[in-house]
Amino acid sequence: MKALSVEKMSIRFGSVTVLPEVSFEVAAGECFGLVGESGSGKSTVLRCASLLLSSWQGEVRIGGVPVREMPLMERCRTLQMVFQDPYGSLHPRHSIRSVLSEPLRIHGLDDREARMAQALEDVGLPPDFLDRYPHQLSGGQRQRVAIARALILEPAVLLLDEPTSALDVSVQAEILNLLARLREERSFTYLMVSHDLAVIDHMCDRFAVMQAGEIVEVLPRDAIPSNQADAPYARELIGASLTYERAL
Amino acid sequence: MTDTSRARPAPRRRPRPGLIAARNILVYLAKAPTSAFGLLVLALLILAAVFAPLLATHDPYAQNLTTTLQPPGAAHFFGTDELGRDIYSRLLFGARITLTIIFLVTIVVGPIGLLVGTVAGYFGGRTDTVLMRVTDIFLSFPSLILSMAFVAALGPSLNNAIIAISLTAWPPIARLARAETMIFRQADYIAAARLQGASNARIIWRSIVPMCLPSVLIRLTLNMATVILTAAGLGFLGLGAQPPLPEWGAMIATGRRYMIDSWWLVTFPGLAILSVSLAFNLLGDGLRDALDPKQMTRR
Amino acid sequence: MSHPILDVAGLTVRYPGAAQPAVRGVSFQLGRERLGIVGESGSGKSTVGRALMRLLPGAEVSAERMRFEEVDLTAATERQMLKIRGARMSMILQDPKFSLNPIRRCGLQIEEAYRTHVRSSRAEARARALAMLEAVQIRDPERVYDLYPHEVSGGMGQRVMIAMMLLTDPDLVIADEPTSALDVTVRLQVLKILDDLVREKGIGLIMISHDLNLVRNFCDRVLIMYAGRVVETLAARDLDRAQHPYTRGLLAAQPRIGGKRAPLPVLQREAAWNEDREEMA
Repeated sequence: MKALSVEKMSIRFGSVTVLPEVSFEVAAGECFGLVGESGSGKSTVLRCASLLLSSWQGEVRIGGVPVREMPLMERCRTLQMVFQDPYGSLHPRHSIRSVLSEPLRIHGLDDREARMAQALEDVGLPPDFLDRYPHQLSGGQRQRVAIARALILEPAVLLLDEPTSALDVSVQAEILNLLARLREERSFTYLMVSHDLAVIDHMCDRFAVMQAGEIVEVLPRDAIPSNQADAPYARELIGASLTYERAL
Repeated sequence: MTDTSRARPAPRRRPRPGLIAARNILVYLAKAPTSAFGLLVLALLILAAVFAPLLATHDPYAQNLTTTLQPPGAAHFFGTDELGRDIYSRLLFGARITLTIIFLVTIVVGPIGLLVGTVAGYFGGRTDTVLMRVTDIFLSFPSLILSMAFVAALGPSLNNAIIAISLTAWPPIARLARAETMIFRQADYIAAARLQGASNARIIWRSIVPMCLPSVLIRLTLNMATVILTAAGLGFLGLGAQPPLPEWGAMIATGRRYMIDSWWLVTFPGLAILSVSLAFNLLGDGLRDALDPKQMTRR
Repeated sequence: MSHPILDVAGLTVRYPGAAQPAVRGVSFQLGRERLGIVGESGSGKSTVGRALMRLLPGAEVSAERMRFEEVDLTAATERQMLKIRGARMSMILQDPKFSLNPIRRCGLQIEEAYRTHVRSSRAEARARALAMLEAVQIRDPERVYDLYPHEVSGGMGQRVMIAMMLLTDPDLVIADEPTSALDVTVRLQVLKILDDLVREKGIGLIMISHDLNLVRNFCDRVLIMYAGRVVETLAARDLDRAQHPYTRGLLAAQPRIGGKRAPLPVLQREAAWNEDREEMA
C-alpha cells in the first residue's frame, strides 16, 4: 500500500497552459476520483504522474518517493495504468501471450507461464486466452487483458483513465466489480478518471472536480447525493448528474 | 502476492499465425484476376531464372556469326541478335539478373527505409528534422539522374547499379514509415509499453515495425516496377550491367541500332520489362487490398 | 394511434458477409411521440435508424411493411428518398465534429440544408437559419453563423446540427446517440432544447441510445433491443417495472449515485433471448 501525492503539477503545451497548478493527496489504499468535462485536464494529470508526459513542473510522490527519482524499472513496478479505449490499448498484432510476457521479459522475471496464468485468472479469463489476438476478443475481454497487463508487474498504484467509458453498461458493471474486488484483495491505491459521477460514486472514496485544468473542489463520496459542493462548477456538475439520474 | 507455485501444463503450440496469414494473403491475391496475373508473371519469372539452364535452347553467351539477326523461328524462338546469340536464352538468363537486382535492392532498401522512418517518426523533434532533411535531399534528385551520378563516380557495373538504385529508392519508404509511425506512436499500446519499462529500441522493433510492415511491403512491391525500369535504363545507358551480360535494358540498348530491320531485338526484352513491371504494380495493388486492416479482421 | 407517422413491421437487415442479420423482425409504430430505442453496442439499434432513412447501401433490407406517412419506404425510389430525407425525415448523429462539413461556415450549412428542400431566396434562408439558431438557444446567432465547425464547442455544434435538422419542419427526427459525445452539464441543455422543439412542433422523435437514463427522462415509450430483436416495449415511466430479464439486468448493472457499494449485479445472458418470438411491438 502506497500513498500518492501530487504537488503543484503544472504543464503547458506551447502557449496553452493545460494544468496551471494541481495538488492533491491520495491516501494509501484509497480510490480517488477525478471528474470534469472533456478538456479539463483530468487525463493529463494521469499522463504526467506516469511520466508519459515529462515536461511538467512540480512533484509526484508515491510512498514518499518522487516518481522522477525512481529508477525506471522500479517505477514500472510501482505504478501502472489502464487506458480508456480497450481497442487502442492492445497491440493489434500481439497475441495475449506476448502482451503479458513482454513486461515479464523486460523485468527479467521468471516463472512466466505461471505468472501469466495467474494474471488471467485474476481478471477472470480462462488460460487458453493466451493464444488469442485482440481482435478475437470483445471490448470487455480486452479491458480485462489490459488490467491483467497492468497487474502482472504487481504495482502498488493503478491509474485508471476512464476504464469503462467505452464499454456497455453490462460490461462496465463487470469491469467495475473486477476493479473493486482487486482493490479489496490487493489493497491497491487507485487514481480514477471518469466523466460519470455514478461510476465515481460507486468506486471512489473521495474525488476532485476539475475545470479548465484546476481542481475546484475535493469532495468525499457522501457529498454527491445531497450535492454538498461549495464551488459553483462542482455544484453544477453534481446537480446535472443528479437531474440526469433523477435521483433527486 | 501472486501465487506462482502452481505450474501449468505448457500450452499446445498452434500453427504459426504468420504462416496462416501468409497463406490467407496468397489465397486472397489469387482470387482477384489482376493480382493473380501479377502472381503468375512473377512465378514465371522465378521459374525462368531458376531453370534457365534447362529451359534455354542455346548458350546465352555463345556467338555465331553465321546466324546473326535471324528472325524468330523454330531454331531461335525469339530470333538472334547482331552477334548470333539466341535472344530467348538470353532473356531467360536475364531473368536471373533482374531477380538479383530486385532481391538485393529490396533487402537493402526495406530495412534502411524502415529504420530511418520509424526512428524519425518515433523520436520526432531534432532527430526527425535531421533524418528527414537527409531524406529530402535524396528525394529532390530525379532517381535516374542520381543513380547515374553514383554509377559515374563508382564505375559502371551491375553491383554499382544496384547500390545506386538502392540509394535512390529508400527515401519514399522512409517517408511512408515515418508517417505511419507518427500515427502509431500516439496509440495507447505504445504508452502501455513505455509504462512497462520497454526501451525505445524495443518499442520500435516490437510494436512499431510490425504495424508499418504491411504498408512498407506494399510500397516496396509497387517500387519494384520503378527499380526494374531504372535498372533497365541504366543498362540501356551502358551504366548498369556490362556486355556480354544478358541484362534486358542492355539488350535493348545494343538492339536499338538494328531496330528498324530487326524488330525482335528490342521487342522481346521490352515486353519482358513491361510485363514484369506491370506484374509488380498489379501485385502491389492486390497486396494493398489484401493487407487492408478491414480485411485482416475478417480473417 | 389513428395516424401513425411511421409504421414498421418485420424489418430485417442483413449486412453482406454477416452470418446473422443485424436486425431481425423489428416492428413498431410511431405517432407524434418520443420513442426510445435502447440496447448495447451490436444490438442493431443504429441499423434500424439507418434502415428507416434508407442509408444502408449494400445491406439487404426487407420488411413486411415500412410506411412513413403516405410513403412506402420499401418501394420508394432514391429520387423520392432525396425529397424525404432532410426535409420530412431528419437524422441527428452522435458527433457534430464528424457530421458538419469542416470547411464551411455553420450558418451556410444550415442555410444550404434549408434551400435544398424549400425554394427560397438566400436572404430568407439566412433569416430562417438565424431564427432557428436562436430557437436552439444560441445567444449570439449572428456570430455563430459565421463560425467554422472547429470553432464551436461540442454542445454548440450539436445545437447547430439540431437547428439544421429541424429547420425544414420534419415530421420525424431520428436522433442517434445525440448527446453521448457531450459532457453531462451540456448534455441536459441540448436534450432539453431538442425535447422542447420536438414537443412544440409535434414532431415524431426516435431517440437511439445506449443510455437508459436518457430515454427514461426524454422519451414516452421505449423499445429494448437485444441481438437485433425487440425484446420488450415499455412506457418510459414503467422502465423500473420491466419484465424482460435483459432490461432488468441492464437497469441493475447501472451504478447509481448514492447506491450501495456492493458488487453490481452482472447481466447473465441467456440463449433464449435470441430466439424468435411472434410478438408485435
